[in-house]
Amino acid sequence: MSIDVRIPTILRTQTGGEKSVSGSGETLGALLTDLDARHPGLRARLVTADGTLHRFVNVYVNDEDVRFTGALDTPVKAGDSVTILPAVAGG
Amino acid sequence: MLILDAATRDAIIAHARRDHPDEACGVICGPAGSDRAERLIPMANAERSPTFYRFDSMEQLRVWRDMDDRGEVPVVIYHSHTATEAYPSRTDISYASQPDAHYVLVSTRDADAADFRSYRIVDGKVNEEEVRVVDALPLEQAPLEQAHD
Repeated sequence: MSIDVRIPTILRTQTGGEKSVSGSGETLGALLTDLDARHPGLRARLVTADGTLHRFVNVYVNDEDVRFTGALDTPVKAGDSVTILPAVAGG
Repeated sequence: MLILDAATRDAIIAHARRDHPDEACGVICGPAGSDRAERLIPMANAERSPTFYRFDSMEQLRVWRDMDDRGEVPVVIYHSHTATEAYPSRTDISYASQPDAHYVLVSTRDADAADFRSYRIVDGKVNEEEVRVVDALPLEQAPLEQAHD
């Protein structure tokens, strides 16, 4: 069993139009690296060059915002569901 | 061009006035592909700031799920500026990720007259568009009926 990841419209160029993709890993960071092998460029849209989660996106593991659960170190396991949304913000 | 009914426009201005001097924000959704701004959802500004806004991430997840279930998309994303004009800031432009959305700005700088404007923001480029305020949105176009003799 793998981890289901829901992809927002703006990132579907990286997934060939797929609304959801699946992958595996022990942490969110590892999952994104795994996904990037099949969907090149996806990780770079979510993670900065410094290796932190981009402020332009919200990522949820089982409906918890990962900013409060360890960001890329958030543990994930088979059967979890991950949702990515564009952050809506400005000045 | 953005077409809005007067009640929705007035509700956005009222929301902005209520939250002044903090920025107010929200979304108007409508059926995917329709470009109809039908359902106004005022959102909490998680920043509670006079110079910044961010949708509360948990509220956004709930609202976005609900939209998905209804086959809706965010047609309008609005927020207020409380000390400057109703024009997208550099931060607004950097966060604008939805080329199909109308980005509405309302300024509450002037207590008597609200400045209410709409933009498309695509690849960092800002284009202002006309806002047409109507009493009610036009009826959805009905499927063409077969002509009978």
